[in-house]
Amino acid sequence: MRHLLSTTDLQRETATALLDTAEALKQALLGREVRKLPTLRGRTVVTLFYESSTRTRASFEVAGKWMSADVVNISAAGSSVAKGESLRDTALTLAAMGADCIVIRHPASGAAHRLASWVPTHVVNAGDGTHQHPTQALLDAATLRERLGTLNGRTVTIVGDVLHSRVARSNIELLITLGARVHLVAPATLLPCGVENWGVENWGVANRVTVGHDLDAALPGTDAVLMLRVQVERMQGGFFPSAREYSISYGLTEARLELLPEHAVVLHPGPMLRGMEIAHSVADSPRAAITEQVRNGVHVRMAVLYHLLAAQEEQA
Amino acid sequence: MPPPSGMGAVGEARPPRQRELLSAAEVARIVARMAHQVIERTSPESVMLVGIPTRGVPLAYRLAGRICEFGGTRPGVGILDVTLYRDDLRRRPTRPLHTTELPAHGLDDALVVLVDDVLYSGRTVAAALDALREYGRPRAVQLAVLIDRGHRELPIRADYVGKNLPTSRNEEVGVLLVETDGTDAVVIRRSQR
Repeated sequence: MRHLLSTTDLQRETATALLDTAEALKQALLGREVRKLPTLRGRTVVTLFYESSTRTRASFEVAGKWMSADVVNISAAGSSVAKGESLRDTALTLAAMGADCIVIRHPASGAAHRLASWVPTHVVNAGDGTHQHPTQALLDAATLRERLGTLNGRTVTIVGDVLHSRVARSNIELLITLGARVHLVAPATLLPCGVENWGVENWGVANRVTVGHDLDAALPGTDAVLMLRVQVERMQGGFFPSAREYSISYGLTEARLELLPEHAVVLHPGPMLRGMEIAHSVADSPRAAITEQVRNGVHVRMAVLYHLLAAQEEQA
Repeated sequence: MPPPSGMGAVGEARPPRQRELLSAAEVARIVARMAHQVIERTSPESVMLVGIPTRGVPLAYRLAGRICEFGGTRPGVGILDVTLYRDDLRRRPTRPLHTTELPAHGLDDALVVLVDDVLYSGRTVAAALDALREYGRPRAVQLAVLIDRGHRELPIRADYVGKNLPTSRNEEVGVLLVETDGTDAVVIRRSQR
């Protein structure tokens, strides 16, 4: 594997290998006083963030450091980007300094793909616009595998702002690749056009992606619910009448939690808007795996860095 | 660790030459002898046998079983995956990781016997010594291997050797075990690399 740009490129074997590695890494570090592995000593990982982030960035930094890589963090604000330097020049500068891997988050969809064609380093997409966020999808899959055993044949309901969500896009693809069924619940204004045909168009499988607008009807038959944040920063115009109305129709309340089967898991990629898409008590309930997601995020990102940086370079 | 004997290169007409060096009975006899040696040189109740995946792990369990049979006490058995500590990761495609299972209280003051199938360059053992350090400070570390095939690249020597097998560098020694390969044997074949 040379880059990790989207979950579209991930074959089932590769995705499973990454998840297995993440699990082994988690187990290897479990209960250890010194959480440091020498595996990536002497490799340099640069995180280049053009958008704000808490968990993804910190998670990549911790992942790199636990494997003994040197991690350099650059955010657009406070760097030469603020002076008008282009993405290409910034990236080439970082590559020239000896970066082995660039982890990039950018508001423009496709930025990571462009970057990968310019620089000789490995590139990891940490979120590009409304397009992809592969490591988030991997950590969600890792968490679900841990809680449910397998994803094969499971149904995952994704609720909320699918239109603007790179998390949803990456998750839909990865979940289907791993054999799950995906049900999307959102107001019609927040669903991409033709999303119900994605399964057929991309994988030639029917009935793997379904769409609905009634959350109460969807909950009893699901193994996991993935709540999405309403991305106000990407919205120009009115997508729903009011936050209150959205919350009433699509928020995961305590009453709705009761509709879920006993074993079902609640996920949220964060940052959460408590009281909007998820109620306080639901976010803190034992059904929610939100802190587990964050914990698994570190191991998944360690696995990604391990697969990219700790193997013989593939001939390009 | 060489992969189990597979197909030859694509288009190769005859199967790769493979010769059985040790039969299942001989493997069993060797493991029994090694168990006696461990009992002679240690007190088994303080011993921790640590198998290195893949085939060091079943060997460690077999040794423990034999030691229990002959000596009366069953030594502890652990698993130590050394992949993350290897110095040759970047010379091969991505290596899958295995589990590590060591006692929760660490290895402080234990007599650790590392168990592996084949001792060759010594790099796996060197990685294992690095990895062990993260889990405590054993009183001593010894090494038990089924086959020592020579060609060391590091100053490492085994304390218990099942069999010394002088080999050429362009040969591969394969240890086959029931647990991983369905049969017990030691084979030698031409290297396919």
